[in-house]
Amino acid sequence: MSRSSKVWLGLALAAALALPAFAQGGKTGLGRSALPEEIKAWDIDVRPDGLGLPPGKGSVKDGETLFLERCAACHGEFAEGVGRWPVLAGGQGTMMADRPEKTIGSFWPDLSTAFDYIRRAMPYGNAQSLTADETYAIVAFLLNMNNIVKDDFVLSRENFLTVKMPNAAAFYDDDREKAEKHFWNRTPCMTNCKPDTRITGRAAVLDVTPDGGDKSIKVE
Amino acid sequence: MTERKDRPASRRGFLAAAAGAGALAATGRANAQAPKPDPAITEPQDWNRHLGPGVDHAPYGKPSKFEAGVVRRHVGWLTADTVSSINFTPLHQLDGIVTPNGLCFERHHAGVAEIEPTKHRLMIHGLVEKPLVFTMDDLKRFPGRVNKLYFLECAANGGMEWRGAQLNGCQFTHGMIHNVWYTGIPLKTLLDEAGVRTNAKWLLAEGADASSMTRSIPIEKAMKDCLVVWGMNGEALRAEQGYPLRLVVPGWEGNMWIKWLRRLEVGEQPWQQREETSKYTDLLADGRSRRFTFVMDAKSVVTNPSPQAPLRHKGPNVLTGLAWSGRGAIARVDVSIDGGKNWQNARIDGPVLPMSLTRFYVDFDWQGQDLLIQSRAMDETGYVQPTKDELRKVRGVNSIYHNNGIQTWHVKPNGETENVEIL
Ligand code: HEC
Repeated sequence: MSRSSKVWLGLALAAALALPAFAQGGKTGLGRSALPEEIKAWDIDVRPDGLGLPPGKGSVKDGETLFLERCAACHGEFAEGVGRWPVLAGGQGTMMADRPEKTIGSFWPDLSTAFDYIRRAMPYGNAQSLTADETYAIVAFLLNMNNIVKDDFVLSRENFLTVKMPNAAAFYDDDREKAEKHFWNRTPCMTNCKPDTRITGRAAVLDVTPDGGDKSIKVE
Repeated sequence: MTERKDRPASRRGFLAAAAGAGALAATGRANAQAPKPDPAITEPQDWNRHLGPGVDHAPYGKPSKFEAGVVRRHVGWLTADTVSSINFTPLHQLDGIVTPNGLCFERHHAGVAEIEPTKHRLMIHGLVEKPLVFTMDDLKRFPGRVNKLYFLECAANGGMEWRGAQLNGCQFTHGMIHNVWYTGIPLKTLLDEAGVRTNAKWLLAEGADASSMTRSIPIEKAMKDCLVVWGMNGEALRAEQGYPLRLVVPGWEGNMWIKWLRRLEVGEQPWQQREETSKYTDLLADGRSRRFTFVMDAKSVVTNPSPQAPLRHKGPNVLTGLAWSGRGAIARVDVSIDGGKNWQNARIDGPVLPMSLTRFYVDFDWQGQDLLIQSRAMDETGYVQPTKDELRKVRGVNSIYHNNGIQTWHVKPNGETENVEIL
């Protein structure tokens, strides 16, 4: 311990054993500066306005080859989904149907989401293994499977923002506090709130619940 | 603080309101035989005689072996594999408001990341004066450490029930929720350290697991009450809850509470990530979708009786359940046993904290009649939990997320309890 810090500690102890506290709003100096190489290594997100797109390009044709090799086992040759793995193509016009099929083509509002997500999280179990060109090619192929671009299309950073997503206009910000205003009601009904009740559906009929509950019932 | 009316739940008043409860027999068992002595008392048991294991037999203690059935459970048919999957908290086997660490439901998109804490880093960059990197040690040296109790509910909790009663047990219909005491520091502390620029509007939080989970969060929320935490219920985060570091976003949907938190990027617009477009948007009946539906609406459920916890005894019984709201504290919980025709205030026990689970009780006598049990939460903003049909009227049946409708349990004369839909 240096002489000056001894003096400092002595003063602090003298001041009713108070530990020095940080001034409100002051910086602690904890942590260190992030280096540009470090930020570059982790900052792989892509925004709808194209911010974050890497240089590169890829064709529908190359995308098909890559997709068959690395994605089709789960998502199907035509991105139609295998078993319960996600369906990535089709479903356009089903958003008001009994069973909507949400895919990149039928539902996703932004193309950047597909590029960003595939680059960060797919293929499942070997994430972040695709190059920028491979990712452009696979996204081009998925656009083609969704009838958004033609067979000879080549997707690149340059033309990325020209692709229009069919369902983009269907999204709007949370409006529950307006649209569901009637759920704010400080005096809900307490007695004789409705005529007789009737059971209209039962979970046991479906029988899709895994075991776990004790089903042997004996009332005393 | 709240405008809760603390009228004690009277058994008689409660039952009198029940449909068909007019002819209640007096409590008491017709029993002709002479009582026999109980062998549990008259015969010495092994544990009365032999020595048990000593200290350190289990350096990290476990529940009694007789509680082995108190576990998280998953529903096999819901997901393609168990790596990107979900399991459920056994709400019907718990009491009070704190969820034990090992029973907090899990939702992973790429399995559980096992992160060595000395190799974990948190980076803040983007629209900040000084991009920073912190180690876990750095974070634990920050002034202003806090402890807060909050519920975390998956927005898809109850998502299987939009079209009607499907899963038979509150573990499965309501178990994507837990309530935990978190230890950490306000996110604002870290953002202030980096110096957020005035044009900042959104924050992107990212996890270090193999899904690199990301969500965009409005900067006002980040500055208001979000936390960066390393502790849960007094110990380190469990690996499946994001060890060594996770984000806490009080009252907002669980997916935003990024686990294995490694990166915070400040920007001026949302990133429209997969989990805020393809998922966690609410498809309504007109084919359009609500997005950024972050707040969890007020909700409640009776945990006992429920399909996995049927009634086994006539006479005195304890009805209990949980209520919560992402908009603040619970003001009141009403309970009905006649399918919503008549209601009475439940008794609330334990702390009533904003954005935390709140425990309620109704002590009652049961004489073996059919019951249609419901609970209805009201929060401090005056929001009243709607019925499922009221919710469907606004939202249709395809929105998957944010199903906070009133749950109905049908208790049958043999005590068996079933998840039902009623009109
Ligand atoms: C081993 C199976 C598997 C393979 C191989 C695979 N995926 Fe996936 N994919 C999944 C799973 C599982 C999910 C959902 C993950 C989750 O729950 O977060 C998914 C999700 C997706 C999604 C988002 C779907 C949606 O509707 O939100 C896209 C897009 C996608 N994968 C593209 C790809 C591409 C492109 C490849 C090849 C480079 C690929 N996947 C390889 C299993 C796989």
